[in-house]
Amino acid sequence: MKSKIKKYNLFFLVVLVDLILWFYWPDKGTTAVISTGDYLVEMLLFIPPIFILIGLLDVWVPREIVEKNVGPESGVKGVVISILVATAAAGPLYAGFPVAYTLMKKGCRMANVVIFLGTWATIKVPMLMMEIKFLGMEFAAARLLLTLPAIILSGYLVERLLAGAEKAGEPKANKLTG
Amino acid sequence: MFNIILFVSAAIGLIISNQKDKVKTKQALKKAVNSFINLLPSLLGIIGLIGLMLALVPRELIAGFFGDNSPAGIAVISAIGSITLLPAFVAFPLASSFLDAGASIVAVACFITTLLMVGVITAPMEIEYFGKRFTLWRNLSALVLAVIIGPLIGVMVR
Repeated sequence: MKSKIKKYNLFFLVVLVDLILWFYWPDKGTTAVISTGDYLVEMLLFIPPIFILIGLLDVWVPREIVEKNVGPESGVKGVVISILVATAAAGPLYAGFPVAYTLMKKGCRMANVVIFLGTWATIKVPMLMMEIKFLGMEFAAARLLLTLPAIILSGYLVERLLAGAEKAGEPKANKLTG
Repeated sequence: MFNIILFVSAAIGLIISNQKDKVKTKQALKKAVNSFINLLPSLLGIIGLIGLMLALVPRELIAGFFGDNSPAGIAVISAIGSITLLPAFVAFPLASSFLDAGASIVAVACFITTLLMVGVITAPMEIEYFGKRFTLWRNLSALVLAVIIGPLIGVMVR
């Protein structure tokens, strides 16, 4: 077992830097800690429901349904479903990792996993709304139009690149049951 | 707004699940808690890093890279976008302020596309879930596509 404490290394390092910062430049240190606190609160507003939904998905949705809809044989339908589900997401990309991982474990096709993550990262609806507000409709529309085919392309590309390699989905730690 | 939808769907899901099968619902909650606990260390680290980044990398510093629209300048901006991790509610207002300050659309577009598509800071977390090769190829292909999309947005938006 990779020690539990070791997983907190990054966090401890950040705390250390925060302390040093606070010691030498109190205002910067305070800013860093306050921003982190703000963001943590923001995060706690969408992380719990996402994890509850992951749990429910894991328990209730049988492998066959995932396989049928976004599995290796799902074709265009699988791509469309992956994109539609991810556009409805909220939260940063790293909140999407465990969701995509659960889907992959249940038989989601690799290309669709990448497409799902790509959509989650770039063109989910809450993000587009913010983009329209700050950068304008034209910018957001142009980016959406160009990003969509890029995401699909990268999905098939990554799947191709990973084919034949050791199964990429073989995780080191079993996140959801462990 | 979206948070509310999330909470409502999670709550409805739990209620329906609980009516159908109490044992399964308990399992689902246990899995939810376990995966949250597993995610927590990296999550805290990354959130801490974002805080540091917001404090240490002032807007003016990033803005300084935006005057240069040569390929080298765009490359630097794309590198900054790939490495930094900013929440959307910070990134878009920031990008908008760069535009107001006279930055070109191409530079801002490259910053936004790399920022959203490539995740260097979240790579360790991605590796934990999907493995090294997956993370490498996904981010590399995203980087290439982001750098292509950026200038194209510049062409499309006047």
